[in-house]
Amino acid sequence: MKREEIIEKLKTIVKPYVNNQEAYENMNESSDFIKDLGVNSANLVDIVLDVEEQFNIVIDNPEMERMLDVKTAIDIIEVKTE
Amino acid sequence: MDFKEILSKLPYEKPFLFVDELLNVDENGVKGTYFFKEDLDFYKGHFKGNPVTPGVILTETMAQIGVVCLGIFLLNKDLNKNNIITLTSTEMEFLKPVLPNEKVTVVSEKIYFRFGKLKCRVVMLNEVEEQVCKGTISGMILQQK
Repeated sequence: MKREEIIEKLKTIVKPYVNNQEAYENMNESSDFIKDLGVNSANLVDIVLDVEEQFNIVIDNPEMERMLDVKTAIDIIEVKTE
Repeated sequence: MDFKEILSKLPYEKPFLFVDELLNVDENGVKGTYFFKEDLDFYKGHFKGNPVTPGVILTETMAQIGVVCLGIFLLNKDLNKNNIITLTSTEMEFLKPVLPNEKVTVVSEKIYFRFGKLKCRVVMLNEVEEQVCKGTISGMILQQK
């Protein structure tokens, strides 16, 4: 799956958990889920579970620990959806 | 892990322990009870001259039995002294009042336990098996740095 497609899908997934609307409008690969988008760490788990469901992939613990920003999330999803 | 061991690992004590006994615990859920004694301190103020168990206390009771006891069971040997248990979200509906000297039963069903977060569907029943409150509660287990 192309990175642009992944980020679009990711935007829909993170929307309910975002607390910084302006950062959300400008969400890009360098956005950090917690620092920029204001997602709390408990909801980060929900985002990862939604990612698993939407992309039909399985994320393990070490991957989850790395998925703190949009770029890393896309990297992980990209490899798994190849 | 037996019920006694789970109760001994609860990080609460009086006056903020709201678990009396566990009736059932397995991978998918937990069932336990608590008796609200009439001499509990909050009845003096909630409400003036009309003691009713506060919704936050019902929520706490459901979290202690439904999420924390289950979490201790699920973590089992992975639980250590550096773990911090934290409530992360609740969504509750309160259907009937719970009065002093009522015994309640909490039934919790695991929705998921992933990446340290436990989310459960929890129902509280009174002695005549009526639902008094229900909702979803999530908690996380964190490693102290």
